[in-house]
Amino acid sequence: MSPTYDVAVIGGGIVGAAVARLLGGTACSTVLIEGRADVGDGTSKANTAILHTGFDATPGTLESGLVARGYHLLGDYAAATGIPVERTGALLVAWTREQLDALPGLRAKAERNGYTACELIDTSQVYHQVPALGPGALGGLTVPGESIICTWTTNLALATDAVNRGVTLLRGHRVTGVRADGGTTWLTTTAGDVGARWVVNAAGLGADIVDGLFGYHRFTVTPRRGELLVFDKLARPMAPRIVLPVPSKAGKGVLISPTIYGNVMLGPTAEDLDDRTATGTTAEGFAFLRAKGMELMPALLREEVTAAYAGLRAAIDRDDYLIDVDDDRRYVLIGGIRSTGLSAGMAIAEHVGGLLAAHLDLTERDGLPAPPRMPNLGEAGPRPYQDAAAIAADPEYGRIVCFCERVTRGEIRDAYASVIPPADLAGLRRRTRAMNGRCQGFFCGAEVSARVAHGGPR
Amino acid sequence: MTGHVRVAVVGGGPAGLAAAAALAPRVDGPVLVLEREAATGGIPRHSDHLGYGMRDLHRFVSGPEYGRRLTARAAAAGATLETEAMVTGWAGDRTLEITSPRGRRTVTADAVVLATGARERPRAARLIPGDRPDGVLTTGQLQQLVHLHHRTVGTRAVVVGAELVSWSAVLTLRAAGCRTVLMTSEFPRPEAYAAFHLPGRLALRVPVRTRTRVVAIHGRDRVTAVDVEDLRTGRRSRVACDTVITTADWIPDHELARLAGLALDPATLGPQVDTALATSRPGVFAAGNLLHPVDTADVAALDGRHVAAAVLAHLSGTAAPPGPPIELVADAPLRWVAPQLLRPGGPAPARGRLLAWTDEFHRFPGVTAHQDGRRIGSARLAWPAAPGRALRIPFSVVRAARPGDGPVHLGLSV
Repeated sequence: MSPTYDVAVIGGGIVGAAVARLLGGTACSTVLIEGRADVGDGTSKANTAILHTGFDATPGTLESGLVARGYHLLGDYAAATGIPVERTGALLVAWTREQLDALPGLRAKAERNGYTACELIDTSQVYHQVPALGPGALGGLTVPGESIICTWTTNLALATDAVNRGVTLLRGHRVTGVRADGGTTWLTTTAGDVGARWVVNAAGLGADIVDGLFGYHRFTVTPRRGELLVFDKLARPMAPRIVLPVPSKAGKGVLISPTIYGNVMLGPTAEDLDDRTATGTTAEGFAFLRAKGMELMPALLREEVTAAYAGLRAAIDRDDYLIDVDDDRRYVLIGGIRSTGLSAGMAIAEHVGGLLAAHLDLTERDGLPAPPRMPNLGEAGPRPYQDAAAIAADPEYGRIVCFCERVTRGEIRDAYASVIPPADLAGLRRRTRAMNGRCQGFFCGAEVSARVAHGGPR
Repeated sequence: MTGHVRVAVVGGGPAGLAAAAALAPRVDGPVLVLEREAATGGIPRHSDHLGYGMRDLHRFVSGPEYGRRLTARAAAAGATLETEAMVTGWAGDRTLEITSPRGRRTVTADAVVLATGARERPRAARLIPGDRPDGVLTTGQLQQLVHLHHRTVGTRAVVVGAELVSWSAVLTLRAAGCRTVLMTSEFPRPEAYAAFHLPGRLALRVPVRTRTRVVAIHGRDRVTAVDVEDLRTGRRSRVACDTVITTADWIPDHELARLAGLALDPATLGPQVDTALATSRPGVFAAGNLLHPVDTADVAALDGRHVAAAVLAHLSGTAAPPGPPIELVADAPLRWVAPQLLRPGGPAPARGRLLAWTDEFHRFPGVTAHQDGRRIGSARLAWPAAPGRALRIPFSVVRAARPGDGPVHLGLSV
């Protein structure tokens, strides 16, 4: 008979990992079940990696409150764990009269969301803040608190913390069925059954399907594909802060953002699909982004493209998060968590903890392990290849394997020795940045794949 | 940790090794070559087939053997070759930041030679859409996988491009037991040397589809197929394959040049240089395929030999103060020319040739030079101008250029 847990959390994305981490800090025995081979391999890996203040949420919604709260929780947690964050600030730029007229309303909305630092600025101030912008900007609204963050490290830190706190992590366990047996819910997975008293559904793109296994038909996840172009690091000075579009009737527009790894990102597109695995890029998407980019920042388009991504966001047919507790079935749904879930994740966990406290003893245990110290993947702080003391103590930090991203053999070794080691090349890339650079493997691909094939350093 | 050398050469490929070999016996102090890979030799190290060393060593050897010979020459000349040493940035005008297993340090040099080479644009930079499965590689990655790591690739490959390096990829694929089922070329005729192309095609039996391009890649975990579009008709067809090699489409590895703020040539994207191979920063020079992406390894090596004279002049303080340069401009169908600056009294370029890149094929091209609307030189070449390989132009066509008359325009006449 398989072991049963007090709580099973389905989904090892940011939300699921945050919930598991919270539960791991209590007396509850907890299992975190991930369908894919790695945590953070779904919607959590391919978002725009912005730590949102929540200034533009719909006031009064659950999302509004949780993003605002999560912004601070994750900011503090990042400081404690070393998740890279850069406090760049954001600028909404108005390119039409209609957009310009909308800015004061957006500032008022931000204030209703509890965010009061926005300022209206004129054209010359816009170009002073982002000189590389194309011609025609009419004015802007600053959002100084918007920041960039490493979404991969966020997910990994939360999951690592959960495991350190005693949570059982099961990767490669896709939930395919649900069976109630007295006080235990049995989850059928592709790698064996898992039993738990309570089940938390944080399955992201698959949340509606898991909800259906519990007999519910209350929402549908529409995979919304967002394609992104990532430009070369040499373009980074052009994007000193996040340049956001002003939402208008014509659509949401695309943003230009510096990335925590020192690149510049342009995107995303927004395309509703039926296929929940359609993460391919398209010629139409590229053409759209290039046309948008030519208007927003023509000089950026002269730089090399380092990578092109397509991520899927879990859009649902309602305008807020859908978090609900079914006392009878001991089942919690965390649905409709779109791209703001990165910022809100820890607050969502706290909120769910509050809802569950009526049923479970969620008092924090004494003697919890310290939060994990994560490797720095960001350009804002020193990386191992720049750290004379680290290299002197361990020459492997001086042996650069991936030249473009300056990833050392020491970091690759550490990733394989970590609490949640990579399952494949993509996992190694998310943990170290190896092969993510401008050459995309021309120089280091063979060396890095050799390390993956050997499951770590030889 | 800090250090000082007379000359620092960044990059231990053919250009850097040849520069070090030429300089070390004549410089009164250390000549240091900084190579980020575990061995010097550069790209030829990964190309395990014959065809190297003809113009500089007058030998016909394999890439790895060529790399070894250049390494031995530089070492015998007295240069210090430091491997696994990556220059990551600048701490001053001629001060380099270096990471190696031996530590993090800076080295200040009296002269710096940038010889960082070029790389192929990977799939993303070419904006080839579709799924993102495994099995899509550049030639560089392919050759390292097969020749350095002895790994297998797939069994059916589509090679994007039909340049010299593309055929090199076909040879590597064959060595790894992978059949090339199709080569695509956007040009109306395959770019590679006719001499290589015809026997190559016959011997390797590789179908080449001209005027086509790969417009989509399919496959979840591993490539299963590509869509190929005929540029004449717009018709698309699907070709089953498990490997895609994106070849050629070179870009200089110009990060250090850009971080230094050197003037760049907008067409090559490498540093702008004069015929002595001096960049816009005094004491900083450049050589090899960083300047002309790309010519063959031996031509890069001859650049390295050529740059030595200007480096020595700089070190001895006898370099003439640079006069106002005359700019060279490539007119279509020429895409770029290197070097880009002529200085009155300056030397002829390496091998007495300018290098250029053409987007059109001409079997017996004429080259003309115009300045201020006036034709100042011309030549009929005995070799074809072909896309996908550097076009060598006799320096004599621009010798009559006059300072103060504005830029010199180079063009092809049919």
